[in-house]
Amino acid sequence: MRLGSERTRLAVAGARSVTTADLGNQPRGDVVRGRIFWALLLLAISIALLGLAVLLIDVLIDGSERFGPGLFTDQVSGIPENGGFQTAIIGSLWVIGGVILFSVPIGVGAALYLEEYANRERWWNRLVELNIQNLAAVPSIVYGILGLAFIVRGPLDLGFVALAASLTLTLLILPTIIIAAREAIRAVPPSIREGSLALGATRWETTRLQVLPAAIPGILTGVILAVSRAFGEAAPVLLLGATTFITANTTNPFEDSYTVLPVQIFNYFGRAQDEWLQLAAAGILVMLILVLAMNSVAIWLRNRYEQRW
Amino acid sequence: MTQEERRTEEAATAPAGEHPAIAIETRHDAFPATRGEKVFELKDLSVHYNDKAAVKHISMDIHHKNITALIGPSGCGKSTLIRCLNRMNDLVPSARVDGQLLYHGEDLYGPKVDPVQVRKLIGMVFQKPNPFPKSIYDNIAFGPRILGMKGDMDEIVEKALRGAALWDEVKDRLQDNAYGLSGGQQQRLCIARCIATGPDVILMDEPCSALDPISTGKIEDLMMELKERYSIVIVTHNMQQAARVSDMTAFLIVELTADEKNRWGEIVEYDDTEKIFTNPADKRTEDYVTGKVG
Repeated sequence: MRLGSERTRLAVAGARSVTTADLGNQPRGDVVRGRIFWALLLLAISIALLGLAVLLIDVLIDGSERFGPGLFTDQVSGIPENGGFQTAIIGSLWVIGGVILFSVPIGVGAALYLEEYANRERWWNRLVELNIQNLAAVPSIVYGILGLAFIVRGPLDLGFVALAASLTLTLLILPTIIIAAREAIRAVPPSIREGSLALGATRWETTRLQVLPAAIPGILTGVILAVSRAFGEAAPVLLLGATTFITANTTNPFEDSYTVLPVQIFNYFGRAQDEWLQLAAAGILVMLILVLAMNSVAIWLRNRYEQRW
Repeated sequence: MTQEERRTEEAATAPAGEHPAIAIETRHDAFPATRGEKVFELKDLSVHYNDKAAVKHISMDIHHKNITALIGPSGCGKSTLIRCLNRMNDLVPSARVDGQLLYHGEDLYGPKVDPVQVRKLIGMVFQKPNPFPKSIYDNIAFGPRILGMKGDMDEIVEKALRGAALWDEVKDRLQDNAYGLSGGQQQRLCIARCIATGPDVILMDEPCSALDPISTGKIEDLMMELKERYSIVIVTHNMQQAARVSDMTAFLIVELTADEKNRWGEIVEYDDTEKIFTNPADKRTEDYVTGKVG
């Protein structure tokens, strides 16, 4: 064992000399590079927060005077001092309710198919994947034109009703929901599927009872983002007949005319008088409050079911 | 319990002492008393992934209420082999199984066999504990529920947890998330989950490789208890473990083509564990179990 102990002694001595040389002696360049990188990251987050802050402050200054509970309870009026957003809020809720109803089952279903059933070695499945990613990047106005041609008129011929807006916005956010849901489903470890299948569960039982419940928090996150986007979209809905001056609340999404918050805000901003501009800014606050309320419900749901692996 | 009936029937009709004529089998005949009825009969079994062989020419019998260990170096196809036994390899689209694999005399890869039904009878415990992200109770109840098992679910859960020597540790927190358990407890939970459905065979793919020695000891004790009721096949990297718990041991080795481009696993020797570890017939087995190679 002479050789062995000699080897050990050499190794220990070598390690010791390296340690004494390096401890507390970080190269100057590394320190500087680390600081620069840290500063760049801080700059990135600052720019993002600054944009948000400017927007919020500007809207608060313009709209706080006009803001009040009346905005939620009063209907639209020809006189800016009397007008509220109730018709638009109810219209938006109809449209968004429909969007959630259609987009979540279809989006999650498509994601489950692509992740759990589709064989990725087949070219057509890869083509579908590629197209979904491309669709997510299509401008929303294009969906508006599509909705006008095929849903409002054309084959479906629904007319200018809230349902037509729901269907169009569903098409708009489906790619986002599918992509987010796929990420969430993919994040469920394969070992969970194996464990379930090894117990004699079928693929459908495994998907329904193990994969889907485990993926729900992630799916919800995607749904929050996508639905918030649909809520704030004005461009496509403008083409779908969200007429601005309706005085009666929408009660039937299949027949009644409707309007949505972003369209009404957009319309008010086009007017000259300061009173309208104030009302529009207050409308933005109403929208922010509604989006926050929606998001907090979803975040609460997500945290309730959150699972760490 | 139609499974039970079929099993006993198979036992009655299985021809006694009739072994295929391969070298290993002749050695088996020397110790017929220690071995029960055959659960699996592998005859020249080969598995290919995308036409590349993973294991080739595997012939062995696995006996009832025995612990059968598969040992060998990394990449010798132990896991591939054990995954054939409950048709988990079906989940890999590129996998192809050739040769014959009889389960109680019935062709496991026969055209009428449903892999889902196979997995209900042949349970599996994996390398890394993989409890479901649910409560301890629901982890156990999942299998019996999907199988539509009749009876008091609380009773089924308690029985399974007692069977896996976990009841006393978790009885006060059955509704807690299973991820709060330690690694060893999680693995015993997976064993409990597996026995809750009343399987015939339990396959264990390196069940202790992620566990500390104390947890490993508990699992090994548990295996000795489970052996009274189930047939167990275990893949292990730990030769001491194979020597401690198993009745029979198969030693697999990596074979290479001449150009070293293709590699696959083959059985070198399959015999009573005692013989494999004390008096192996093959020099390669001796080198491996004594730690000279691998």
